Amino acid sequence: MEKFTAVEGIVAPLNRANVDTDMIIPKQFLKSIKRSGFGPNLFDELRYLDRGEPDKDCTGRPLNKEFMLNQPRYANATVLLSRQNFGCGSSREHAPWALDDYGFRVIIASSFADIFFNNCFKNGILPIVLDEAVIDALFAEVESTEGYQLTVDLQTQQISKPDGSVIAFEVDAFRKHCLLNGLDDIGLTLQDDELIKGFETKWQQNAPWLFNAGQ
Amino acid sequence: MAGKTLYDKLWDSHLVKERDDGTALIYIDRQLLHEVTSPQAFEGLRISGRQPWRRDANLAVPDHNVPTTLKERQLGLDGIVDPVSKTQVLTLDNNCKEFDLLEFDMNDRRQGIVHVVGPEQGATLPGMTIVCGDSHTSTHGALGALAHGIGTSEVEHVLATQCLIQNKMKNMLIRIDGKLNVGVTPKDVVLAIIGKIGTAGGTGYAVEFGGDVIVNMSMEGRMTVCNMAIEAGARAGLIAVDQSTIDYVKGRPFSPAGNDWDAAVAQWQQLHSDDDAVFDATIELKGEDIKPQVSWGTSPEMVLPIDGNVPDPTQESDPTKRDSIERALQYMGLQAGQAIGDIKLDKVFIGSCTNGRIEDLRAAAKVVEGHRVADNIKLALVVPGSGLVKEQAEKEGLHKIFTAAGLEWREPGCSMCLAMNADQLGDGEHCASTSNRNFEGRQGFGGRTHLVSPQMAAAAAINGRFVDVRDILKEGA
Ligand code: SF4
Repeated sequence: MEKFTAVEGIVAPLNRANVDTDMIIPKQFLKSIKRSGFGPNLFDELRYLDRGEPDKDCTGRPLNKEFMLNQPRYANATVLLSRQNFGCGSSREHAPWALDDYGFRVIIASSFADIFFNNCFKNGILPIVLDEAVIDALFAEVESTEGYQLTVDLQTQQISKPDGSVIAFEVDAFRKHCLLNGLDDIGLTLQDDELIKGFETKWQQNAPWLFNAGQ
Repeated sequence: MAGKTLYDKLWDSHLVKERDDGTALIYIDRQLLHEVTSPQAFEGLRISGRQPWRRDANLAVPDHNVPTTLKERQLGLDGIVDPVSKTQVLTLDNNCKEFDLLEFDMNDRRQGIVHVVGPEQGATLPGMTIVCGDSHTSTHGALGALAHGIGTSEVEHVLATQCLIQNKMKNMLIRIDGKLNVGVTPKDVVLAIIGKIGTAGGTGYAVEFGGDVIVNMSMEGRMTVCNMAIEAGARAGLIAVDQSTIDYVKGRPFSPAGNDWDAAVAQWQQLHSDDDAVFDATIELKGEDIKPQVSWGTSPEMVLPIDGNVPDPTQESDPTKRDSIERALQYMGLQAGQAIGDIKLDKVFIGSCTNGRIEDLRAAAKVVEGHRVADNIKLALVVPGSGLVKEQAEKEGLHKIFTAAGLEWREPGCSMCLAMNADQLGDGEHCASTSNRNFEGRQGFGGRTHLVSPQMAAAAAINGRFVDVRDILKEGA
């Protein structure tokens, strides 16, 4: 997993509550055998005017010009701003995979669905919970200022605004550690690789037949 | 200090590390892979530039999507009509090539349902920890192995680290003492258990099955029982190693031989719960009380003995239960109070990782021999659990008995157990099925599944409805 230290980037405003995982990535894409390549289908139903299909090339599809991701001013956004209960719905990891593949590294909302919140950390995305009033102010500033950027620093747990003011945010210490060091579950386990190798060596002496089978 | 349960022993011997967050790292000896739950795990490895930790610990086989008619099968990958199914099978082939893992591909004679193939090859051995991205991995516990079904992220985790992150489960013992009556099978035993404790009864437990009935049961029968531990909510089912286990394992392709064999047997003989081990829960059943079982509803716990009547929701005082009975009756198209024997059947399916082994096929063949499939049965499928089961059955002439009676003899795979390939139920059709799940739509949209033993399915095929196979076997005796 990519290390997360600080992100400085354009903010894209998705001004609605209860954005569910089907909205993030519609269910016809769950049948795929991949975990990458979902970016072009992120928010598929909001972004395009036709129906998306797993094998369809998205480049020539009719765009919904109203949808913010289709507006040039939000191109290359890396911070997504939304409202309460973001990520409700399915437990599958396709939703964070799609957000990550599109390029979002930070999601700011007033609350998140539990499983989605966990899945974000597993996939190198930082979800940040802020008060409703702070979120309201951010929406107003983002929408009125073209090229609006935020700098999110995980180490100091601070978001810096263009006017120089800062917003502090909370993050679980263990998860912060994992993100800063780029540790997903696998990375974390592999920190114990010597221990695993040591176990394996002893185990092989004890039960060698488990190691010479099948090849 | 109290002794250890079998689960405790397997856990302790594979414990790599207890972590601060309360979880533990457990070393995994064998990972079985199939085409449905592995693609994203392999892609994860590719994205992060990781390699499998130990190649020889893995064995892959496509099973869920493979077609089961000979004609389609001979076409190889081109025989798979559905593009998603085909991609999944092809992806497994490619991933195994890229990462250099052993695969029995679609037309390998050793191909079959992953839970049939593992024990058959000796790739499942006593004392192992075994995982597979499939909930019926509990099957392998029949050999005294700790076997868990896992999710796709965990498949990737095991590929990359050879470890699984786990919380230790509690211990449950289910004892079935006494003797089974003729015509009552391991499938009936496990359905009766689920009927008694419910589909959540084993949640959070590793369940060990014991008692005379289990001790006297064949290895394949034990696999049937452990297979459905997950339907009782238990991620892992377990049975102590005894002489039957050791005899079963001997001489299989992956089994130890020579000096290793003696050393292995000495270790395996310790794989039972100590006499003074303490279980967190114990359930007892009497073998004599168990009758042939038939599920009537949309959950495996909605099961009755063959002479039973479908429940009447008005007799149920608990509103949630009443509601679920009503919904199940409606989906299944049944009347409250209707006799099990009065359910009209349309199809019969004999196969799956629960009942697709040679003993199952022998038992079913014995019942249909010399009879014809009833007129109202539109399709009766017999799908062997693996290529080797198929070969053995043909050597014994079982396929001739089935086809002479009007049942179709197919190529190995999961088939109508979950209807990911072309073998499906039509809307509203009732099926006597030897598989393990009767959820809504499991065997096809609107399909109605009744879970039974192979003997009961065979008897249903020739009678067009459910009959008590004990009567038939008595007459035949
Ligand atoms: S036979 Fe059925 S339950 Fe068994 S692995 Fe295949 S689909 Fe799953």
